[in-house]
Amino acid sequence: MIGLEHYLVLTGILFSIGIVGVIRRTNLLMLFFSTEILLNAVNIGFAAVSKYYGDLNGQIFSFFIIAIAASEVAVGLGLLVLWYKKEGTIDLTSLQMMKG
Amino acid sequence: MYEIIAFYTFSALVIGLFGIVVLSKNALYSMTALAGGMVFISGFFFILDAEFLGVVQIVVYTGAIMALYAFGMMFFDTTRDVKEDIRCKKIFYTLSILSAVLVLIVLSAPIFSANIEAIYPTLEGVGNVQTIGLLLFTKYLVAFELAAIMLLVAMIAGIVLVGKKLDAQSDDLEVAKELK
Amino acid sequence: MEKYLYIALFAPLVGSLFVALFASRPKMLFTGILASAFIGISMIASFVLLFHVYNHEPLHVEMMDWISAGNIDIPFGFIVDEVSVIMMVTVTLVSTVVHVYSIGYMDHDKSFNRFFTYLSAFVFSMLILVMSDNFVGLFIGWEGVGLCSWMLIGFWYHKHSASWAANEAFIMNRIADLGMLMGLFLIYWNVGSLQYSDVFEAVKTLNPALVGTIGVLLFIGAMGKSAQFPLHTWLADAMEGPTPVSALIHAATMVTAGVYLVIRCGEIYTIIPQVGFGIACLGAFVAVFAASMALVNNDLKRIIAYSTLSQLGYMFVAGGLGAYWIALFHLMTHAFFKSLLFLGAGNVMHAMHDELNIKKMGGLYGSMKATAILMSVASVALAGIYPFAGFFSKDKILEVAFNEGAYFLWFALFIGAGLTAFYSFRLVMLVFFGEKKYGHELHPHEAQPFVIYALMPLGLLAAISGFFEHSFREFTTRLLSDYGVHLEHHIEVILIASTLGIAISGIAFAIYMYGKRGGFSACWEKSFGYKVLSNQYYIPKLYEMVIIKPFGVASEFMWKKIDVKIVDFTVDLIARVLYASGEKSRKMQSGNLSDMLRWMIVGIVILLALAIFYRPMV
Repeated sequence: MIGLEHYLVLTGILFSIGIVGVIRRTNLLMLFFSTEILLNAVNIGFAAVSKYYGDLNGQIFSFFIIAIAASEVAVGLGLLVLWYKKEGTIDLTSLQMMKG
Repeated sequence: MYEIIAFYTFSALVIGLFGIVVLSKNALYSMTALAGGMVFISGFFFILDAEFLGVVQIVVYTGAIMALYAFGMMFFDTTRDVKEDIRCKKIFYTLSILSAVLVLIVLSAPIFSANIEAIYPTLEGVGNVQTIGLLLFTKYLVAFELAAIMLLVAMIAGIVLVGKKLDAQSDDLEVAKELK
Repeated sequence: MEKYLYIALFAPLVGSLFVALFASRPKMLFTGILASAFIGISMIASFVLLFHVYNHEPLHVEMMDWISAGNIDIPFGFIVDEVSVIMMVTVTLVSTVVHVYSIGYMDHDKSFNRFFTYLSAFVFSMLILVMSDNFVGLFIGWEGVGLCSWMLIGFWYHKHSASWAANEAFIMNRIADLGMLMGLFLIYWNVGSLQYSDVFEAVKTLNPALVGTIGVLLFIGAMGKSAQFPLHTWLADAMEGPTPVSALIHAATMVTAGVYLVIRCGEIYTIIPQVGFGIACLGAFVAVFAASMALVNNDLKRIIAYSTLSQLGYMFVAGGLGAYWIALFHLMTHAFFKSLLFLGAGNVMHAMHDELNIKKMGGLYGSMKATAILMSVASVALAGIYPFAGFFSKDKILEVAFNEGAYFLWFALFIGAGLTAFYSFRLVMLVFFGEKKYGHELHPHEAQPFVIYALMPLGLLAAISGFFEHSFREFTTRLLSDYGVHLEHHIEVILIASTLGIAISGIAFAIYMYGKRGGFSACWEKSFGYKVLSNQYYIPKLYEMVIIKPFGVASEFMWKKIDVKIVDFTVDLIARVLYASGEKSRKMQSGNLSDMLRWMIVGIVILLALAIFYRPMV
């Protein structure tokens, strides 16, 4: 029998992968991929907890997270395309205007 | 038994695919790996008796989001390898390892309040899709509607942003100057 | 009846607030008239209350809950009993006269409206002070009159001396108020209430030593307000204010608040006769001490101020010896004739174009008959000549001192009576009689007729109010403990005769010296005694040497060494550290999004670490 801990550890591993991606990537598109990984990792955690406690709230939360991910991608990609049109690159290093 | 096999298979696949997503130099490879990972994650949902979520995962992620990415990538030059030089490798490794360890500790720590009582228990004899539907349209109705509006807004924003011509901006500026 | 109480109390406030709307405007005659009318209404209401209390019973109302926190429960209550109604009548009567008088006196002042705002506000505070049924209300009024006094002494704030005098008065009063406040705290600590009735009930069972401390602390407050030694210097300097202010605040009402306090707390002082005797001794000392300073002073208003001081000393003798009704009686008669004296002096000042030196006046009788007569009446009353008011009240105080067996007190007061008679007539003689000593370009003229008419009631009261002695005694002793003088008849006659004798001889000596001989010879002014007296016993100099200068040095030290080098330095240090850390951490904002993401991860790591290692107290 697979315990809850297994799922949580899996969540942790996937989340860490996502974090590594966030730190490592400088290509904006790849950065988006990494955030998707973070969101999915959390989704697994929610679904697992929901199952092991017999409470549906976790699934509902996962559902809303998916909705948010979808909207984020739509807006984010739009902005990305705009930026690419303007600068011809989607590298993070091209975004240096917010210098303190 | 099957559950265990499925769990470990899916876990290995997902970790491997996501590893490719994060580490690959080619954007096309990464995106393909991500799409595969998403499909396998829906497998976890099915194991966890969350059929509705599993279906939504496949439809939304692999169907919609990945399609969006695929279209988005058409704008960019994806055949070239992505050049990424990691600055300050020391910081990078410390941060990665530290956060990974901490996340793992947090999630694998024994759960203290084991006697949580379910507020919305899964109902015996009623399908998962049905119960989720009941919950979404009663308790979470407002959130659901708001999510719908949010998606609509995001869709419009995406269309407007992508469809916008760059010169239009300068045109706008000129119009604004004339108005002044 | 309650509504009369509220009318009496709040009419001055309404007047003050209304006039305050025009405070910064140029002179508008109606503001003065309106303010006077409101005070007049208050006076009428006070008289109605007087008759009510006389015929029926005292009034006690609670307007609303005021302070209600924890164990403290202080209602906004007012009491109109035999004592407060006498004070109310005295205050409102004198205030009305002073208001009307001020319309004439402040005629040419550009801050005419502002003056009436302050004056009416003062009357309101004074009424709060006398009408409150608890110590907190009394204290509020006490501070209110102090504030108004500060504003009015410093009314001509552009004059440096005026603002200095205002500050001096205010600071001296602060010192005394500290004593009073501690007394109130002590009462609250031990009694648990600040209502008069509760407190007077409870003090009977308290430890006498404790009651003594309370009595002394309260009296320190009274000393400040009533300018008793050693806090007396402010009163003479307060004469920088406009003359109506001197008449109202520094003669008739505010300075008597200390006496009122002693009378009101009579039940406390009855328990501690030693403290009372100490008060009486101080009073007798001040009576002679102040009178001696008045002998040689040449400043018209200061002479009257010293005389006020001396008369306050008389009142404290009576209050300290337990003859509360006599103290209150003298307070009332003194309010009448002393404010009359001040207002008359105001007329003289106007006529002489603000000249204050009485050596430069003389022979004003010819041009200012009405003022001269009124001031003479007031002076006779002050000197205590039968049948004027002062005779009845002051003579009683002397009898009390004799009756108590405190012969040296009696002797001091006896000497004081002689000095009083002498200096008041020295003033009258120098100002109104003798030869003219002012220049020919001056043409003194009498004040406007309505001003003189306004002074008439005071003149009348100064002359006849003494005859109310018996009904006054009967009335006030319903509340206050009665004090009867039990002397054999012939001794009493001798006492009265000797007091009258010394007063008359003082007057006669003054008339002889300044009328016939034209004053003392110049060698007097070089003598040691004269110098000591005219320099007020060098007390202001002493204060400057002993208190002001060391305080200045200490302040300088605190400022240069402690404030700048420690306090400011600490504050600056904090600012510098923040600034430097900001300057250093500015580099974090490289503008590189990748770096920012890393910082975000650092934040997540810290939060996770907190989540693991931080255990809140369960």
